[in-house]
Amino acid sequence: MRPVSFVLFHSFRKESVAPMKTKFFYSQKVAPYLFVLPFVLSFLIFWIYPFASTVYMSFHNITTTSSRFVGIQNYQKLLTDKVFQKAMFNSFRYMIWTLVILIPLPMLFAVLINNRLTKAKGFFKSVMYLPALTSVVVAGIIFRLLFSENPVSGMNQFISLFGAGPYKWLKYDATGLVALLILASWRWMGVNMLYFMAGLNAIDTSLYESASIDGANGWQKFRYISLPLLKPTTIYVLTISIYAGLAMFMESYMLWAGNNSPKNIGLTIVGYLYRRGIEQGKFGYASAVGLILLIIALIVNFIQLIISGTFKKEVKQ
Amino acid sequence: MVTLENAANFQSEKNIRRTPSHTVLSVVFTLIFTLQAVLTLGPLIAALFSSFRPGRLLMRYGLSFTVSLKDAGLKNYIELFTGNNQYFRWFWNSFILTAITVVLTLFICYFVAYGLSMYQFRGGNLLFFLVLATMMVPFEILMLPLYREIIGMKLINTRAGVVLPTICGSSTIFFFRQYLIGLPKDLLDAGRIDGCTEFGISVRIIMPIAKPAFASMAILCTMGSWNNVLWPMLVFRDAKKFTLPIGLNSLLTPYGNNYDLLIAGSMFSILPLFIVFLCFQRYLIGGITAGALKG
Repeated sequence: MRPVSFVLFHSFRKESVAPMKTKFFYSQKVAPYLFVLPFVLSFLIFWIYPFASTVYMSFHNITTTSSRFVGIQNYQKLLTDKVFQKAMFNSFRYMIWTLVILIPLPMLFAVLINNRLTKAKGFFKSVMYLPALTSVVVAGIIFRLLFSENPVSGMNQFISLFGAGPYKWLKYDATGLVALLILASWRWMGVNMLYFMAGLNAIDTSLYESASIDGANGWQKFRYISLPLLKPTTIYVLTISIYAGLAMFMESYMLWAGNNSPKNIGLTIVGYLYRRGIEQGKFGYASAVGLILLIIALIVNFIQLIISGTFKKEVKQ
Repeated sequence: MVTLENAANFQSEKNIRRTPSHTVLSVVFTLIFTLQAVLTLGPLIAALFSSFRPGRLLMRYGLSFTVSLKDAGLKNYIELFTGNNQYFRWFWNSFILTAITVVLTLFICYFVAYGLSMYQFRGGNLLFFLVLATMMVPFEILMLPLYREIIGMKLINTRAGVVLPTICGSSTIFFFRQYLIGLPKDLLDAGRIDGCTEFGISVRIIMPIAKPAFASMAILCTMGSWNNVLWPMLVFRDAKKFTLPIGLNSLLTPYGNNYDLLIAGSMFSILPLFIVFLCFQRYLIGGITAGALKG
């Protein structure tokens, strides 16, 4: 049989099979659909389906065996859920503080490190990027131990330089927040700086030269050239910081070595979703938490984009 | 304000005179960054030193900035390399998982981006919009339904369960698309005239040109995968299958009996990425900043 089919194959190839095949592989009509096929599949299976199912679950009471339609009951319960309110408060507070710290400071540092007066730039840039190489687990382990209650722990040593402490950092609300913010700053300061440095490098140097000729001083150049032209970078950093801040979970999980912290001082929205969904198996309720987080994140970002005028710019173009 | 006065004076202004105030500022700026470098390196150095000391000290006193080499020795590392523990199994798991993820992600995302950027076709703009839309939804919101889906697909506790939902990363597609959209379309026609298939063009002509984009994404993807915790933590249940971050996390028990391994293992886990970082730093910076420049 084999030789026959072999011959058949070959005799056909030239006349009928080959052109069809050829047409297929050379078709500019078919090609794009084949290229994007993996995304379409992945989008349907790992995005649309889970998304639809989380919306579905949020209107149901789900246990391992049964599923009962409860309407908006999950959402109603969330409105009065004190723990959820605490988690929302924590996430928002954390997000706002990260915006306050991790946007102006990296921008300032980026401007300073680009200055010709700063020495050993290459070394400083490399050092600044190091924390981003550590996983949140390793960073969390290191900082958890630095924030230990013992008077000789790293952070207690550090603040004793200023005559304060020692504190039981991870036992109280304010100090717990400080611990989280220090961890976040340590990890992201360098990365955000890198964003701003790239933004600064993209600015045409002739702008600064002509400003110099017109007699502008350093501050004026920063205020009227760097700052406005850094706007796209700033909006980008703002957007990812809002999302990362509201969806923060692992940092708190690592600092408190688990999802439980005293009086829920480290509980975040995602932490609450994790507790209800993964730990307690209340998928319906947890889905409602997740969707509220999504809606909030979208609204906050939308407001931010309107205030910063991103939409206006797009209309103009 | 004296700092800001000259802050924006970057770039080459060679004909500016060196005045005493410049020297002062130069010292001030350099000091600021020295201080920042100390604050950045401090925790890592403290952890590195304490990785040579007995873990019970960490358990009792926490991590201290005092450099002390009392009781120091290589015992923790010897235990890490030769002891009866699963550290190198986790290390190997992380390595394999990272390799699979990076290779699949790069190729799949490249082809998707190629399709989106090189052709005008019905639905193309919609698909690109969907790529952007998926970037707008944090993974944490989908983790619960995805977790149930993966259980339903019987992929729980498998590498496929970790890898499959993540290989079509929308930010990687977006990056490749931004890179490819800038290339001249004449290249494609040149390939067509020479009798190349559409797939052949994407592999033989465009892929070599996109090497820098591959390099940037490879590093970013390696870092992301090596350090990924949340999703693998949900999928892997068996300690034998853990990746490094999950394994290290599992050592963090209230009893503190594993602290010898914990800190030495944490330090050693940074090493592979550190080497990658030293070798490919410039691609890395290109990769992470690419998104920020497109406003």
